Amino acid sequence: MIEDIELETLINEVYEYYGFDFGSYSRASLKRRVYRVYQLDGFTHFHDFLSKVRTDPEYYKRMVDEITVNVTEMFRDPSFYNILRKEILPLLGTKPFIRLWHAGCSTGEEVYSMAIMLKEAGLLHKSLIYATDINATVLETAKKGIFPLKMMKEYSQNYRDAGGQEDFSRYYTANYGIAKFNDELSQKMVYSQHNLVSDTSFNEFDMILCRNVLIYFDNELQKRVINLFDESLAVLGFLALGTKETIKYSISPGKYKQYEKEKIWRKIK
Amino acid sequence: MEENKIIVNCKVVIIGGSAGSLNALMQILPSLNKLNNFAIVIVVHRKSTDDQTLEELITLKSSIPVKAIEDKTILKSGFVYVAPSNYHLLFEKDDTLALDTSEKINYSRPSIDVSFESAAEVYTDSLVGILFSGSNTDGTQGLKAIKAAGGTIVVQNPLSADMPFMPNNAILFSSPDYVLNNKEILDLLNSINT
Ligand SMILES: C[S@@+](CC[C@H](N)C(=O)[O-])C[C@H]1O[C@@H](n2cnc3c(N)ncnc32)[C@H](O)[C@@H]1O
Repeated sequence: MIEDIELETLINEVYEYYGFDFGSYSRASLKRRVYRVYQLDGFTHFHDFLSKVRTDPEYYKRMVDEITVNVTEMFRDPSFYNILRKEILPLLGTKPFIRLWHAGCSTGEEVYSMAIMLKEAGLLHKSLIYATDINATVLETAKKGIFPLKMMKEYSQNYRDAGGQEDFSRYYTANYGIAKFNDELSQKMVYSQHNLVSDTSFNEFDMILCRNVLIYFDNELQKRVINLFDESLAVLGFLALGTKETIKYSISPGKYKQYEKEKIWRKIK
Repeated sequence: MEENKIIVNCKVVIIGGSAGSLNALMQILPSLNKLNNFAIVIVVHRKSTDDQTLEELITLKSSIPVKAIEDKTILKSGFVYVAPSNYHLLFEKDDTLALDTSEKINYSRPSIDVSFESAAEVYTDSLVGILFSGSNTDGTQGLKAIKAAGGTIVVQNPLSADMPFMPNNAILFSSPDYVLNNKEILDLLNSINT
């Protein structure tokens, strides 16, 4: 393992040379991720790794791509999507136009899941899904809507557990081990790079989803990000987080109302 | 093996297990006394749909208060904590717990190795690691990390394990301080910090 002091040095140098602040990321996970690239790329002295990061912007980019955790799934946590389908989408459907934001969307599996839900609720035509991530490489994958075919069995099971009634395979074309999702879905998506640590609000949304991103941030950064979401959310809009995340330490209670046991809150004032 | 199993200055007991470990835990946890200035953290492989049941089962059967783990849950002595499925469980220096959705390790999330290694870094010689029944190799690397950091490692006697593969693997590749059956593990836990 690398030493704590080495990790802190890396954080400082990255900030100094590239302006990116990892200082508010939770250390336990960050340290494992940094050690993982360090080993993967065959380094044996931290000093060499550090100077590579400092002097080679391409390598710096690779390192950032590798230390962000991009694991994601379609219809992860089916019960979440069930509530979305039954309770949230009908409410959003009363609006003439629906704006959604997936913050930390990774390779887009969640965004395509959402588009499928909107389509089945008859709302996709009047929706626009903004999807952002700090990692430019994952956004490229997301834009293409191409996922490994071998995942489709699990995803169609998740889809059914989430109350899906259709034949899941109608949403993609299978070809040489890949599944390419229909353009009809991706037409309603706008992808762009956005850093939750330093970038500001860019629109007003009816629903913001940021699932399994805040777990990588310390309390103070979580507070800032939740406030960014609050600024970007219309009154009566919805905020959704990962199953183990909460807004309760970040925002005054009474401003948001939680949906049963799910990690979905409605902004009530 | 040593006869007088006295462990002092223990802050955390971390328990790992896979197939068959629930049985063992249900034999042990109900008879546990109040935890003497330490916390127990349980990391077992299970299906995501079973998330609540283990917590409920322990609450039902034992008098030790149980806490489900969420992002940044604070680890306090006297409580049993259960790792959620589908996340890796990590330990921070400020006694909070962290969750991470990165790739499965040893086909598992939570991975016992990941949690054991992370706990070893933070709690060094005030950590006790116990590995129970299972049918894969997860946990062995983690036990080695705990031992290397000065902690105490215990493996369930494979003869009393439903699935002896995991404890056998650990005995083969780490050097456990103790190999014990369920009753002995219970006695050990009750004697900690006394
Ligand atoms: C574990 S993925 C979550 C994917 C998806 N939301 C889900 O729950 O399945 C976390 C994502 O957060 C992104 N991320 C990390 N730091 C970020 C930041 N400062 N700003 C924006 N995105 C960030 C990572 O690049 C990664 O794609």
